[in-house]
Amino acid sequence: MRELLMGNQAIAMGAICCGVGLVAGYPGTPSSEILETVAKRNPGHIYVEWSVNEKSAMEVAAGASYAGMRTMVTMKQVGLNVASDPLMSLAYIGVKGGMVVVVADDPGPISSQTEQDTRHFAIFSKLPVFDPSSPEEAYQMIGDAFAYSEKYHTPVLFRPTTRICHGYATVDVDDAYQEIKPEGFIKDPKWTIFPSLAYQSHLKIEARQPIIAEDFSSYHFNTITGNAKARSGIATGGISYAYTCEALAALNGECKLFKVATPHPFPEKLALEFLSGLDEVLVVEELDPVIEKELLYLCGKYHLPITIKGKLTQDMPNAGENKVESVNWAIVKFLSLPISPAGMPFDLPKLPVRPPSLCAGCPHRASFYAVKQAMKGQKAVFSGDIGCYTLGNAKPLSMVDTCLCMGAGITIAQGLHRAEPDAVNFAFIGDSTFFHTGIPGVINAVYNQTDIVIIILDNSTTAMTGHQPHPGTGATVMGNISQKISISEVLKALGVRHVVTQNPFNLEQTITAVKEAAAFKGVSAIIFEAVCIGRGEKASLYSIDPSKCTGCNRCLAELGCPAIVKDDKKVRIDASACFGCSLCLQVCKEKAIGSEKK
Amino acid sequence: MINIILAGVGGQGIVLASKMITQTAMDKGMQVRSSETIGMAQRGGCVASHIRIGERIFSPLIPRGTVDIIIGFEPAEAVRYLTYLKENGIVIVSQKAIKPAFDPKATMEYDEQEMLKYLISHVKCLQIVDADAIYAECGSAKILNTALLGVAAATGVFGFSMEDIEKTINNNLPKKLIEINLKALHLGQSIAEENL
Repeated sequence: MRELLMGNQAIAMGAICCGVGLVAGYPGTPSSEILETVAKRNPGHIYVEWSVNEKSAMEVAAGASYAGMRTMVTMKQVGLNVASDPLMSLAYIGVKGGMVVVVADDPGPISSQTEQDTRHFAIFSKLPVFDPSSPEEAYQMIGDAFAYSEKYHTPVLFRPTTRICHGYATVDVDDAYQEIKPEGFIKDPKWTIFPSLAYQSHLKIEARQPIIAEDFSSYHFNTITGNAKARSGIATGGISYAYTCEALAALNGECKLFKVATPHPFPEKLALEFLSGLDEVLVVEELDPVIEKELLYLCGKYHLPITIKGKLTQDMPNAGENKVESVNWAIVKFLSLPISPAGMPFDLPKLPVRPPSLCAGCPHRASFYAVKQAMKGQKAVFSGDIGCYTLGNAKPLSMVDTCLCMGAGITIAQGLHRAEPDAVNFAFIGDSTFFHTGIPGVINAVYNQTDIVIIILDNSTTAMTGHQPHPGTGATVMGNISQKISISEVLKALGVRHVVTQNPFNLEQTITAVKEAAAFKGVSAIIFEAVCIGRGEKASLYSIDPSKCTGCNRCLAELGCPAIVKDDKKVRIDASACFGCSLCLQVCKEKAIGSEKK
Repeated sequence: MINIILAGVGGQGIVLASKMITQTAMDKGMQVRSSETIGMAQRGGCVASHIRIGERIFSPLIPRGTVDIIIGFEPAEAVRYLTYLKENGIVIVSQKAIKPAFDPKATMEYDEQEMLKYLISHVKCLQIVDADAIYAECGSAKILNTALLGVAAATGVFGFSMEDIEKTINNNLPKKLIEINLKALHLGQSIAEENL
């Protein structure tokens, strides 16, 4: 059936079609919809789980794969850092059932903390990697990835980028799907890693690399097209291939075109065929110069007098994502084409900047504001973490002094405290992130007798990535009700002696609770419990009584709520945006804000 | 080939409007490519959907200077994408501004009248839509996306009819939302026809 599918949905449908039996992952933009689609379109026999973190997901999948099941793991690029420990060893151990590790890269970055290139992880772990150039291709390629995984008994990486993940295309979906019954786990010493086994495996992996490279040279998604007699060639892969085709079509440009669908092991034989007869090559790729370095290596190895242009020669930008325009200009320059006008010559007026912000009614705003008020005049550092609440860094709240990676806030706060013991060190962490990698940090703080205040921002969901359930919600992606894991009980069991649960929308009580926790010697914790507005119901709306409002701007300047707006020097509440959280009402000194209507 | 950009601010229902256009085109047997903004920017940041309908399209992102119609969900965001518009391209824009969250150190005051003036002086085929009137008529701010879709569809630029979009709404939206969305769609259509 022909369907309009997002790249992530196409990957999911492709995996269902070719008999995946288990899918595990942790949410992360731009990867989250893959697992959600498998759960939604599950014919019934596929086990799907949101794991507590990427490492767990990788290991759950590896176990099932040992028993012969086809498995898929999904995560974003930084998730692979968390899962790198099992991945590196798994490369040595290998798998029985096909195992595809889907890692979505985010050039730009659009929603990430790094611009790391997962193709490097493929080179580092010596695993094959697939790089689709469109949603349609991703749909077919995922099946190939399973086949290669089983052919070489190795996990393989599958690395779409944001524009593939979140791009839609019409895809012909096969209605039939395979259901593979796993053989079961067969005991064998090969499943237990030891130094001697690792040495033997390393030899095997090195021997396998050129064999896979040779195999990939005839893989049908690695292609040479365009003018075979041209002296100039373009090598590209992933979404950059689409931009290159678009540009060549628009510019009537002619050259030899090499699409690399498997950047590692690099299809050397095919690459040499591409390089044959060329004087110069432009490499169009995103993130790092992976294809570029492979081609440079081949030119050196075979003494080919070919100029390779790309990121290393400043012919392409070495950070950020490619755009149709940037690729266009690079090709115009490379092929010495006449310059075509790109769009109407608008001289745009100055436009408002729109940094993302916490939603109107977001409980995190109330939590951050209360902590800020409680700590007024005191020396305090606020370490943040990854989630919607990273947006607490924005003015006027300015309540995120540090943010590094998942789970780091609690431990960064401990280090800061060691260096500067007279400051109160706060660590903010969301509920899903707490389960992901926050817990070891709490144990570290208790064990090493640190004096920090942990603030759990518990909104009962994984909000930023699209409201996935987690161990504290009592639900799973399969829809089953599972046992809720209480954050408060976990903290108490870990030895945190001051644990308080508080509704952040009661400002006065919240400020008192924060002051008490800050005064406590040792590890203290407050759990701010309030459901994300994306999952709650609007409460009564508020409005500002113009006869009482003195125009002090306090509500506006203190909270940064998107529902409070200023028109012609008058402050008002935008009824369509207000969620009725009541925080502004508690901040107004003139009592000018009141409830309007339901 | 038809190139469409939907531009606005996170939370305005752009992803859904985009889905309605692409689904309708696909149901008509057309080839579609599109690209969405998903993730952090959805929290009040700039959000744009690129939609491309036709054969032999490679890039999900539209090259500058080739857009047939920009649907601006608020004035400044329509202006932001003007460099994508082709000569004689159409712009449909809601007149109601979405102000960025308050920043005491903001270097500019956002004046929507200035943005609208800019659009009027630079775009030949411009349709300004009174969002407040639509809200008043439909009793909800959530249907601005469908109303703008109605205005845009009435221009005929999509290559499919109003009935086709109605079908998409009927087949894809939750039951309780169908009536209000159909109302908004037709309201958009009548706004467009009044101005022809």
